[in-house]
Amino acid sequence: MSTVAQKKGFGATLWDYLTTVDHKKIAKLYLIAGGFFFLLGGIEALIIRIQLAVPDNNFVTAGFFNEIITMHGTTMIFLAAMPLLLGFMNAVMPLQIGARDVAFPFVNALGFWLFFFGGVFLNLSWFMGGAPDAGWTSYASLALHSEGHGIDFYVLGLQISGIGTLIGGINFLATIITMRAPGMTYMRMPLFTWTTFVASALILFAFPPLTVGLLLMMFDRIFGTAFFVPSMGGNTIIWEHLFWIFGHPEVYILILPAFGIFSEIFATFSRKRLFGYSSMVFATVLIGFLGFMVWAHHMFTTGLGPIANAIFAVATMAIAVPTGIKIFNWLFTMWGGSLKFTTPMLYAAAFIPSFIMGGVTGVMLASAPADYQYHDSYFVVAHFHYVIVGGVVLAVFAGAHYWWPKMFGKMLNDTLGKVTFWLFLIGFHLTFFIQHFLGLMGMPRRVFTFLPNHGWELGNLISSIGAIFMALGVIVLLYNVVITSIKGEKASADAWGDGRTLEWAIASPPPEYNFKQLPLIRGLDPLWVEKMQGKKEMTPAEPLGDIHMPNRSILPFIISLGLFIAAFGFLHHPDGASWSVPVMIIGGIITFGAMFLRSIIDDHGYHIHKADLMDDDDKKGVEA
Amino acid sequence: MHAEEKLTAETFPAEPEKATLEGKNKFIGFWLFLGGETVLFASLFATYLALNKSNGTGPSSQDLFEIPLAFTMTMILLTSSLTSVYAMYHMKNFNFKKMQLWLGLTVLLGAAFLGLEIYEFKHYVHLGHTITGSAFGSAFYLLVGTHGAHVLFGLCWALTIMIRNANRGLDLYNAPKFYVFSLYWHFIDVVWVFIFTVVYLMGMVG
Repeated sequence: MSTVAQKKGFGATLWDYLTTVDHKKIAKLYLIAGGFFFLLGGIEALIIRIQLAVPDNNFVTAGFFNEIITMHGTTMIFLAAMPLLLGFMNAVMPLQIGARDVAFPFVNALGFWLFFFGGVFLNLSWFMGGAPDAGWTSYASLALHSEGHGIDFYVLGLQISGIGTLIGGINFLATIITMRAPGMTYMRMPLFTWTTFVASALILFAFPPLTVGLLLMMFDRIFGTAFFVPSMGGNTIIWEHLFWIFGHPEVYILILPAFGIFSEIFATFSRKRLFGYSSMVFATVLIGFLGFMVWAHHMFTTGLGPIANAIFAVATMAIAVPTGIKIFNWLFTMWGGSLKFTTPMLYAAAFIPSFIMGGVTGVMLASAPADYQYHDSYFVVAHFHYVIVGGVVLAVFAGAHYWWPKMFGKMLNDTLGKVTFWLFLIGFHLTFFIQHFLGLMGMPRRVFTFLPNHGWELGNLISSIGAIFMALGVIVLLYNVVITSIKGEKASADAWGDGRTLEWAIASPPPEYNFKQLPLIRGLDPLWVEKMQGKKEMTPAEPLGDIHMPNRSILPFIISLGLFIAAFGFLHHPDGASWSVPVMIIGGIITFGAMFLRSIIDDHGYHIHKADLMDDDDKKGVEA
Repeated sequence: MHAEEKLTAETFPAEPEKATLEGKNKFIGFWLFLGGETVLFASLFATYLALNKSNGTGPSSQDLFEIPLAFTMTMILLTSSLTSVYAMYHMKNFNFKKMQLWLGLTVLLGAAFLGLEIYEFKHYVHLGHTITGSAFGSAFYLLVGTHGAHVLFGLCWALTIMIRNANRGLDLYNAPKFYVFSLYWHFIDVVWVFIFTVVYLMGMVG
């Protein structure tokens, strides 16, 4: 019994993935779905850059441009960056703490399918009367007046996928609290596990405000309530607050796992333990805490007054301190290390200057009076792309190359990886560096075209050329994935030879039960500790015995499908469609009926017996 | 200890909800979930506080709210929290029948609360206080209605696990389910205490 792919028909494989509750398979689903949405968001980005390459362009209409920018932002944040990171968390975190699975395997699958159906629903808007067009922030003053169903798709799609993310976060928190292997104390957890922990806590407390914001907007648009309607006593600023109370922690939900990925990579390829481990943990927690204290810096020009602006400005600048601690720790990790510049390490090294630039413009924007000048200009666009692309996307690429052998059992080609890296890095700086100056020269964001003779032509053209480089980099990465899955070299357990953390102690890909015997953790970087004492593997913490496994289930898929169906009823309710209420009810019955079944059908899981385990050589990857 | 083990009053552990890894996970996970729910209700409360004076041409909170009804509902729900505590007490003592009895009382009280809430809403609509009438109406019905929906879900949940386990008694597989339900029920009760204070009491003072 091993997860190494046995030859199976397409139908059997599909059923396997529809019903899986195995965190490693769910990770692959996240990676595939997130990767798909990343490509979609990337195509939308290319359309933006083609339209803005030259002045007075009419490649797309103004209305379509609004839909494209809205969907680019929404897709990249909710449907690409976050799922890709959740994919890595699923694939790696349980291995890093020495667990056999997550705390709630069923909920884990449910989280994925909710995200997936929410994302699909949102993107169906393209084929069903137009996409949302009020920007990814969807401010109520604009969104309530948007014609058609675009905003309804936004509200319902994000609501469904948001619930998925929320329960995913709860699952990771519970997993880390209860399921660490013997000896894996909190202060021995790898940094990626720590950042998963803190990011999950942020998800837990940041998503409910979004849920409420979306709920209010749904009621306003679909059921005629008056939360954001000033003529009825409503207040559109409530949306801005709720959105940013979610939206700012969201930035840290994205960047903290990215920091975690880079921390693992720096230590591994400097072949040195992470410098200042405890200060890294402290900085992670502090960033997570401060992340909730700064949301109004997105609203400096809303008119909250000088006192509020001053407080939020200072709180925002304070975040630069723990972030600076991290930057120095990474530099000191490399200092004196025996550096090996593999593809992941190249990304990590390039991340530092790129991210610092985003951080510096962040502090500039945090200064409230100056923000009145930068606000809604391309300077802001340049800033958040420097932190999100220069931080999160580089981390996703780095993590993909780093953990690919662990997830799929094949090494990605390092040369092609480096080609991707250079194309992407050059393209990234080419695209976004110049946008700082476009912004300072007065180019507003979210305009569908610009007139000649403002001095913006050259900058925009350079920016568009950069986007092409990034696209080429992604194409090379896709080619790399295809070519190595056909004829790549098999990865060993310790695929990079310098693994420090637990995931490198078991076969690539790991067997379905992960650890045949739970490992005994004897220090930070547990595998490295054992290696330094001349051992090749972990010391077991328990005798070989039966392993308890969770049952597979189709119910997560069905629960999510029910909400997906119900959403169509909600969508057409304001049209007065006679079938809208029945469709809501049918969808609700499917969802709650499946939840009812989940409650009444006992699920005790099953056991893999000791005798079967003894035959199973989980070290088969080591020799390969 | 094993989830499927047949236990007696003597072998039943002191904290059956946390005796298995699955139970412990549920316990921790549910507390975390309640943390998220707290933020959800906090957001709804904030929205309500921002809009509770925006009644436009409709009736204001002083015109609508009356102490007797709100106080009765509060007492009923608080009592249902107490009965759920007794249910958990009997669960820990491995007395399944008494646990079911007290849970049944909890459900009855919850249903009475919900019935009064439905009556209250109908009464308000009759007085011209509707969800679409003003921002105050929207905020009131969404906050109180979300709480009411939680009560309804809790009632369905309690009935489901009571009927499902009626013929087989307590074990370490279903004990965490009952326990987690009681946590949920306490949470609903706490939220109502805030609704009683912020919406009704503060609404009547003006």
